[in-house]
Amino acid sequence: MKLSNRTKVMEQGEMTLAERMYLPAIVGGMATTLKHFFSKPVTIRYPEQKRYLGPIFRGQHILKKDEQGAERCTACGLCAVACPAEAISMVAAERKPGEEKLYREEKYAKVYEVNMLRCIFCGLCEEACPKEAIFLRHDTMVPVFNSRDEVIYGKDKLVEKMDQRYLRDGWK
Amino acid sequence: MKVTIDNITLEVEQGTTIMQAARQIGPEIAPPAMCYYEPLKASGGKCRGCLVKVTAGSEKDPRPMPKLVPACLTQVQDGMIVENTINEEVLETRRGIVEFLLLNHPLDCPVCDQAGECHLQDFSFEHGVSNTRTAEERNTFEPTDLGPNIQLHMNRCILCYRCVYTADQITDGRVHGVMNRGDHAEISTYIGKAIDNDFSGNIIDVCPVGALTDKTYRFKSRVWFSKPVEAHCDCEKCSGQVTLWYKGDEVIRVTGRKNQWGEVKEFICNTCRFDRKKTAEWTIDGPTQISRHSVISANKYGANLIQPAFPISQAARDYKLINDDRDRSFLTDQIKLEAKK
Repeated sequence: MKLSNRTKVMEQGEMTLAERMYLPAIVGGMATTLKHFFSKPVTIRYPEQKRYLGPIFRGQHILKKDEQGAERCTACGLCAVACPAEAISMVAAERKPGEEKLYREEKYAKVYEVNMLRCIFCGLCEEACPKEAIFLRHDTMVPVFNSRDEVIYGKDKLVEKMDQRYLRDGWK
Repeated sequence: MKVTIDNITLEVEQGTTIMQAARQIGPEIAPPAMCYYEPLKASGGKCRGCLVKVTAGSEKDPRPMPKLVPACLTQVQDGMIVENTINEEVLETRRGIVEFLLLNHPLDCPVCDQAGECHLQDFSFEHGVSNTRTAEERNTFEPTDLGPNIQLHMNRCILCYRCVYTADQITDGRVHGVMNRGDHAEISTYIGKAIDNDFSGNIIDVCPVGALTDKTYRFKSRVWFSKPVEAHCDCEKCSGQVTLWYKGDEVIRVTGRKNQWGEVKEFICNTCRFDRKKTAEWTIDGPTQISRHSVISANKYGANLIQPAFPISQAARDYKLINDDRDRSFLTDQIKLEAKK
């Protein structure tokens, strides 16, 4: 049974003397290989060499602090409920008197965890955040894991360091 | 008595209010209620959220009422015609009412424990506008201590008086009330008193906003991460009919059972609410029915899966039948095969 009428019957004729000798074809193939020695390589030597990540690249998560160094996150849970991969979990706690410089709001995230194996880097958490606290960095990728213990990123890895702040074009 | 609400006519008993008649039709027709609370006598008439237009007063006197009337207080008359969601004037007024209610209400939903089951959130989502026109400072109050179990955030209060009526009608001896007048009005206790009546915890359930919250639940979880389960226990003080809110295996909160209007019909005692937080102390009746559009049912898989209404309607609208009139004569064998089966 024919499914379509596009079938084409191929017929192979008798090979010529040059074809039967194979040598011209081998030389031709070698020439192609040789040409590639001198052309520009299409791959790069990652991780020594790194490609340019665009300005809207979504890389590693960061929990921003404000100008005074207080954490912006208030553990409202909107990132976790927006997350399609359910990678985010958090535990909230109440700010105690005297901690006003550490946390901006009355409530803060005592534990904030992102499971990097689950995360699909869609950026919905960034979009859901009402406090502009979580961002996906455009300049840093999540490094390769070597063991399962490394995949859950806690606040120690996520919270912005004040001496190396993360800024984007258009931000103050 | 015959009453027509939004072109739907129904028969009601004498003495029914427009709100009760509309609630008999269904949640699409029922006007929003921020202060009216059916189990509490004399509640209603404070927030003006339920204002409706009466286009014909009654059969005998079919003149329209000159102003919008509160649906929770106005009794129906025979032949009354009410317009709720189909009247532009009503909707315009509600936008204004939301603006008034939000004048002094802080935008701290990310912090507030009520977020997700807050009636003001629902009201402003359905009827409000997304931007604010005020530049003035909002009223802020000094924090007041109401005792060991109840947390008061006066900034969030919309002065609906529900908690005052609850304390009057459910408990014996009210020790809190609304002090001062106008812009300075605030909920407070009589000097040096803490609210410690056995049924005082119910003021948490009746509060439409996050002004009165449970101190034992404070910042434990967001509403939509917890799982509500109906349960009961043998309590000598109250009916013991409650909703348990689970996070994992842990009961993080106990509330009264709320009906579809967010009203508790059977008030529970403080022992059930604040002290019985072990599964062993309860008999579980089954999962609470949550509306599938509620954020509480988010990320919980099963029968009440959230169906995003907008994309589904958009897909139905934009659906095009694909022109598929290709030659299929060569498929006859296939059809025969299927016929054989």
